[in-house]
Amino acid sequence: MALQLFGRTKDLERRVDEFLDVVADSALTFHRAVEIYLAEECSANFEEQVELIVQLETRGDELARSLELAMYYETLIPDARGDVLRLLESLDAVINAIKGILWYFATEIPSIPEDLRPDYRELSELSSACVDSLVIAVRSFFRDPKSVKDHLHKVRYHEKAADKVVTRLRRSIFAKDLHLAEKIHLRFFAERIVWISDMAEDAGDDLAIYAIKRVI
Amino acid sequence: MDVTIILFLIGGLFLGWSLGANDAANVFGTAVGTRMVSFALAAVVCSIFVILGAVVSGAGAAHTLGKLGAINTVAGAGMAATAAAVTVYWMTRLGLPVSTTQAIVGAIIGWNLFTDSPTDIGSLIRILATWVICPVLAGIVGALLFKGSEALVHRMKPHLFRLDAYTRLALILAGAFGAYSLGANNIANVMGVFLFSNPFTTFDSDGGITFSATQQLFLLGGLAIAVGVITYSKRVMITVGQELVPLSPVGAWVVVIAHSIVLFLFASQTLEHWLARSGMPTIPLVPVSSSQVVVGAVIGIGLLKGGKGIRWRVLSKIASGWVTTPIIACIVCFISLFFLQNVFNQKIYEDAPYLLSGPALEYLERSGIDVDPLASLHGVRFAGLKSFKQALEGKAELDRSTTAEILQVARLEHIKIDPARLDKLDELPLDDSQKAAVRRLAGQSFDYPWMLADALSKQSPAWRIRPETTVNKIFNRDIVEKRQELYRVFTVR
Repeated sequence: MALQLFGRTKDLERRVDEFLDVVADSALTFHRAVEIYLAEECSANFEEQVELIVQLETRGDELARSLELAMYYETLIPDARGDVLRLLESLDAVINAIKGILWYFATEIPSIPEDLRPDYRELSELSSACVDSLVIAVRSFFRDPKSVKDHLHKVRYHEKAADKVVTRLRRSIFAKDLHLAEKIHLRFFAERIVWISDMAEDAGDDLAIYAIKRVI
Repeated sequence: MDVTIILFLIGGLFLGWSLGANDAANVFGTAVGTRMVSFALAAVVCSIFVILGAVVSGAGAAHTLGKLGAINTVAGAGMAATAAAVTVYWMTRLGLPVSTTQAIVGAIIGWNLFTDSPTDIGSLIRILATWVICPVLAGIVGALLFKGSEALVHRMKPHLFRLDAYTRLALILAGAFGAYSLGANNIANVMGVFLFSNPFTTFDSDGGITFSATQQLFLLGGLAIAVGVITYSKRVMITVGQELVPLSPVGAWVVVIAHSIVLFLFASQTLEHWLARSGMPTIPLVPVSSSQVVVGAVIGIGLLKGGKGIRWRVLSKIASGWVTTPIIACIVCFISLFFLQNVFNQKIYEDAPYLLSGPALEYLERSGIDVDPLASLHGVRFAGLKSFKQALEGKAELDRSTTAEILQVARLEHIKIDPARLDKLDELPLDDSQKAAVRRLAGQSFDYPWMLADALSKQSPAWRIRPETTVNKIFNRDIVEKRQELYRVFTVR
C-alpha cells in the first residue's frame, strides 16, 4: 500500500511540474510569436507559433483536468485542495488568454506602425516575464511556501512596468495621425497583451494567501 | 459459566463498547475528520491494535485500579462497570465530552462508599495526579514534536503531494500505536473491576502457549471496544476531527503521536522494567484519560502558536465534564448497588468475618503498629466489615493507612492447600520453585492470607518480598499479584 501511495504521489508531482512547464512555455512562445509578428507579420513562422500555443493550451487543459480529478477522487491534500484547484484554474486562464490574443493577431492582422513596435515588443516581454515569475512562485508554493513572497515581488514589479508601457503606448497611439478605428484597434491589442500581466498579478495575489494558509 | 456472571460481564462489555465509540475518536478522529484516512481503514486498524494492546500489555494499569477498590463479586463489578457505562453514554448523549477513566474511578469509589470498604488513598492520589500531569505532559510532548516536525518539513522541503502521502502513512502508523496504547492503558477501565472475580481460568495449549485468565478477560473487553469502534465511532470521529481540533494534517499527526506516547508511558510494563533496571524512577502504571491527553496535546500546540485559535469555551466545557463525570458515576453506582442488593437480592460484596487473634496482633506489632489500644478486641470475632470498623473506631484514634492495614490483617479468609486442587497451579503464572513451595504446603490450612504468605516466604526465596527499591518494586508487585491468584484458587468458600 505504501509503495502504491508513493508511486501515485510521484506521478502527481510529475504532472504538476509538467503543467507548470506548459504555462512557462506558453509565455515564452507568446513573446516569440509577438516578436515574429512585429518582424514578419502573419508569416509561416508566426502561424507555427500559433499552432504551438494551441497544442500547449490543449495539453494544459488535459493536465489541469487530470490533476483536479485525482485530487477529488483520491481525496488528496484535503486542507489545500481548494486552493490548488483555484491556482490551476488561474494558470489555465492565463494560457487561454495567451492563445486568445495570438488568435486575434492571426485573424485581425493589426497594422502596427514601425515606431510603435519597440513598445509592443517591450510590453510582450514584460507580460511574459510576469508569467514566468508567477510559475517560479507556484513551484515554490508546492515545496517551500515561505519563499513564495520573494518570487511574487518580481511578478508585481513586471506588472507595474507593463502598466507604464501600456500607458505610454496608449498616448502614442492616440497622438498619431490615424483613423479612429485604427487607433482603437491598436489600443485593443496593447490592452490584451497587458491583460496577461494583470491576470498573472491577480493569480499572484491569491497565491500569497494560499502560501500563508499553508502552515503545518 | 453461571448465567448471572454473563449478565454482569455485559456491564463491562457495555463500558468497553462506549470506550470504543468515544475514545477511538481520540486516535483516528483527526485523520478521518480531515479525510486523510477512510473510516473503514481507521476502524479496522483501530480494532486490531486495541485488542492487541489490551491482551499483550493491559495488565499493568489494571492492577492500580484493582488497588483503588477491590470489588470482589461479579455483581458488584458488573454494576460498577454498568454505572460507569451509563454515565458515559448519558453524558455523550447530552453532548458533553467525557472520560471513561474518570467514570470508572467514580464508580469504584461509589462501590467503596456503599460497602464501607476503605479506598486506597495512595492509588487514588496517583490516579488523580495523572489527571493533571498527563495533559501537561501531553502538551509538552505535543509542542516539542510540533516544533520538530515544523523544522523537519522546512529542512526537507517535500512536495505538497509527497507531504500529503507521508502524513497519511504517519497518521495510520500513529493511529495503530495509539490504538495499541489505548487498549493497553484503558482495558483496565473496562475489565479491571472484574479482576478479583474473574470467571475465566488459564488455558494451556499442548504447544506450550499459555493464555492466562486475565488475558482472556482482556480479550473479551478488547473485542467489546472493537465493536464500539466499528459500530458507533464514525460520528464521534468526524465531530472530533472537524469541530474540536482545528489542525492541519501534520498537526493532527503530532496530536495523535503525543497522545500515543503518553498513554504508552503510563501502561508499559516493559518500559517500567527497563527504567527500574537502569536505576531510574519509574512511571506509575495508571489508567489515563485518553480525552484529557488529546486536549493537552492540542492546547500545547495552540500555546506554541501564541494561544490564538484555542477555543477556551470548548476547553471549559471539557474541563467541567472531567469534574462531573466521576461524581455522577459515583452516585449512579451507589444508588444502583442499593437496588441490586435490596431489590434483586444480589451479593455485591463478599464480606468476611474479622478476628484479631494473637498471631494477628503479633503480625501488626511486627509491622510497626501500636497494638495496645486493640488489646480489648483480642479474640473477639466480628461477623463483617461494618461491625469490626465500628469497634475499631470506638477503641483508638487510627489514621487511614493503619486502619486499612488492620482490616487487611484481621480479615478471616480460610485458605487450605487442598491436594486435590494442586493441579490448578499449572494454570497460574508461577515459576517452578514457586509451585514447589506451594506443593510442600499441601494439606495445610491458614486462617489468614498473610499466614500463607509468611509460610511461602519461609519455604522459598522465590516468594520473599525484597527490600523496597526501584528495581525490587516490580518483583514485589509480581509476588503480591501471584499471592492474590493463590488466594483465589485455594480460599475455602
